[in-house]
Amino acid sequence: MSAPSDNMPIPAPAIHSKPLLVRHLPYFIGAAILVALAATMRFDGYVHNILLQATTFSIAVFGLSVVLGLCGQINLAQAAFFGLGAYAVGLGTNDLHLSFWLCLVGGCVISLLAGAFLGMSTLRLGGHYLAMVTISFQQIVTLVMINAIWLTHGPDGVSNIKRPDLFQTSQSYLAFCVAMLAIVGYLVWHLADTKLGRAMRAVRDNELAAGVNGIDVFRTKIYAFALCALLGGLAGGLFAGGFAYVSPDQFSFAESIVFLTMSLLGGVASPIGSTIGTGLLILIPEWLRFLKSVPGLYLAIYGLFVILIIRFMPDGIWGFVADAFTRWRARIKPTPAAAALQLKPATVGGDIVLEVTGLSKHFGGLKAVDGVDIAVRRGGVHALIGPNGSGKTTTLNVLSGLYQATSGRIVLDGTDITHMPPHQRTAAGLGRTFQNIRLFRSMTALENVEIGAERPGNAMVGKGDDALTERAMEALTFVGLGSRANELISSFSYGHQRLIEIARALASNPTLLLLDEPAAGLNSTEKLELHELLKRIAAQGLTILIIDHDMTLVSEAAQHITVLNFGRRIADGESMAVLRHPDVVSAYLGSE
Amino acid sequence: MDLALQLLFTGIGIGAVYALVALGFVLIFRATNVVNFAQGEFSMVAAYLMVVAVEAGLPYWAAFIVALLGMALLGVVFNLGVYYPLRHRTYLPVIIATIGASILLANSVLAIYGPQPQVLQGWFDTPGIQLGPVYLDSQYLLIIGVTICLVIFNFWFFEKTLLGKKLQATSQDKEIASLLGISVSTMIMITFIYSAVLGGLAGILVAPVLFVSIQMGSTIALKAFAATIIGGFGDVAGAIIGGLSLGVIETFGAAYISVPYKDGFAFLVLVAFLIFRPQGIFGERVAEKA
Repeated sequence: MSAPSDNMPIPAPAIHSKPLLVRHLPYFIGAAILVALAATMRFDGYVHNILLQATTFSIAVFGLSVVLGLCGQINLAQAAFFGLGAYAVGLGTNDLHLSFWLCLVGGCVISLLAGAFLGMSTLRLGGHYLAMVTISFQQIVTLVMINAIWLTHGPDGVSNIKRPDLFQTSQSYLAFCVAMLAIVGYLVWHLADTKLGRAMRAVRDNELAAGVNGIDVFRTKIYAFALCALLGGLAGGLFAGGFAYVSPDQFSFAESIVFLTMSLLGGVASPIGSTIGTGLLILIPEWLRFLKSVPGLYLAIYGLFVILIIRFMPDGIWGFVADAFTRWRARIKPTPAAAALQLKPATVGGDIVLEVTGLSKHFGGLKAVDGVDIAVRRGGVHALIGPNGSGKTTTLNVLSGLYQATSGRIVLDGTDITHMPPHQRTAAGLGRTFQNIRLFRSMTALENVEIGAERPGNAMVGKGDDALTERAMEALTFVGLGSRANELISSFSYGHQRLIEIARALASNPTLLLLDEPAAGLNSTEKLELHELLKRIAAQGLTILIIDHDMTLVSEAAQHITVLNFGRRIADGESMAVLRHPDVVSAYLGSE
Repeated sequence: MDLALQLLFTGIGIGAVYALVALGFVLIFRATNVVNFAQGEFSMVAAYLMVVAVEAGLPYWAAFIVALLGMALLGVVFNLGVYYPLRHRTYLPVIIATIGASILLANSVLAIYGPQPQVLQGWFDTPGIQLGPVYLDSQYLLIIGVTICLVIFNFWFFEKTLLGKKLQATSQDKEIASLLGISVSTMIMITFIYSAVLGGLAGILVAPVLFVSIQMGSTIALKAFAATIIGGFGDVAGAIIGGLSLGVIETFGAAYISVPYKDGFAFLVLVAFLIFRPQGIFGERVAEKA
């Protein structure tokens, strides 16, 4: 069972005293006031139309804030998804005489499926594929809207679109749309702090690190993309009901660019930013009507906007404001005290935690790793050393699943993980750090470690967000950075970033911890601290497999050493004996 | 059978244009690791420059030179205004900026020239020659001829000249290249100029076949991008084979299946490749070793 531990469980302080809905009460009160205003104030037709457009467009732009802002994936077809929703309501209520609600839901489902299909075909590949595929999809949808006259009425568009019986007047319909905006806005805003939202942000910041921290990168991206499409469809359906008429030119590629500009201008990462951007880009053209007399001038200005925003204000208007606020809050927000970290590595298999047999990795003709056997005993520190180019890091990358093994077998605690993707290996109990630190740079230290703690199958974390925060705080305190939990990664020194990476791996309570050159780039004091930390980790019974060049660290910390050279194992055994082995001496110092 | 031969010829002609633009994509991608979404607009702008120069009374060959010089200048401005300030950021901001540039270019031309498509005369006075059952349009012959010459030039330039070697070194490892005394920013500048001229050349060649319109840029760019994926992303030979096959597929699709959906075939082929063979015909040229 568990390793001996000196840590007595201390009851952790409650981190959030009030339930979520109570803390968010001001938001709902504000939203209710807005809905009431929309339902009672008298607007003339022009103002009403502008409000209705801003409301529905905002919902579509929320979709972009999920896919682009949270998950870092591009979508240049939001107008097409918007159009799918709009045509579903238009054709459904007009041609088929179906109920508005049924059509609205139908449109959402169609958009969702289209988004999921596009995502599944493309999201495994690089981001430029997604950009092109979404543009192509946008063109296809426009082609169908214009040419499939039997279905879509062609360029004439669809008129006489019905509204639900409940909201027949334009005033009540507007209030309904504002309510939808408030609800969707709340969900999108809250999404960032849920497990899925954190996964999306992790994928955006660093896909590789997200994968080895137990996140299914591909699936997370598909969820984000499908959700974006769904919101586009919903917004389109509401738009169609509001204006009672839709035509293909409202859903063209140019509109997709307008949506993108709205999102970028307001701030791509937040629904508030989306609303600001949408509002501004609907109002500015109304104020500067004379520009509309020249075709193309508007979009030319939007294009220029996009270039300038990306260059000078990458987080948009709201990002600019929110960033200042976050920095201010990080300074005043007290960090909760944390209990001592408990590490209880699972023990399913026998005495050997990691058994690697005949492992090979070939790159074309290069045999980077060639038939290597490693047996890591439970408890204690096992080191993997070798000169530069001996295949150490490649071995580690094959172990954590970033590379697929050419041949051989990897068994972790009784489970064969040879063919698993990185996130499943993490779920099976593997934790790792990187030689070149890979943290999620736009998040705080605490959020980074929370993602580690969220590993599927982590028995050390209870239910709910508070338990997660608690666990993450424990891990950060364990490495000595608990008091700086709410600071952004960029404010930490290189050595501290390395400690955060270790904390992130520890929070997941791994069965085996892989450390890839943890001492690289550290000064001598930091190396001593690292050595101390390794001792404290090992004292809790967690098994460590470490790769490093630092012979002092390796010889002091490790009980067992495996030596690689030219991709092959040249020595293996108890530390002191291995370091005296003539082959090892000649590999490091050259033979006589 | 006669019709099929005729379609094959036309398809290869149009495919050669896609291949040229795809080549521009690939060169910039290899030099900077970003996809330039304004590549198609280079073709459109060049076609308009050509129209303007011909209307201004310049002889055809002079107009041609003026248009290509204009493209070289655009390549410089594009690099300095769009790519260079973002060179240390991740690919996403750069992609978005090139999309912004594409919108800016297309709609600036629209604002200046209006939506009416323009017509550009072909290079030759003779419309074409009859070869057995196939009618060889002179402009298509020119396109195919120029493409063949450019492919040969490209090979010679990148494999046999020192400048070409330096460009290759830059595209493979910027840090090492700069340590060896290669000016990386100059190399990237040259790549942008070359790609803009290449895209422009494609636009000028295809202009007499299509109408000169605002949309021609994005249409060509989509096909060219699909061509690079079909051929294998980042691969020069792949871009050319991909472009040619796409031109042929599209021409046959339009003749035998549907004319209005002609522009959709590229997308269907693209998605089919993404699902079943995402590495393309030749395989994506990314080193597997990270």
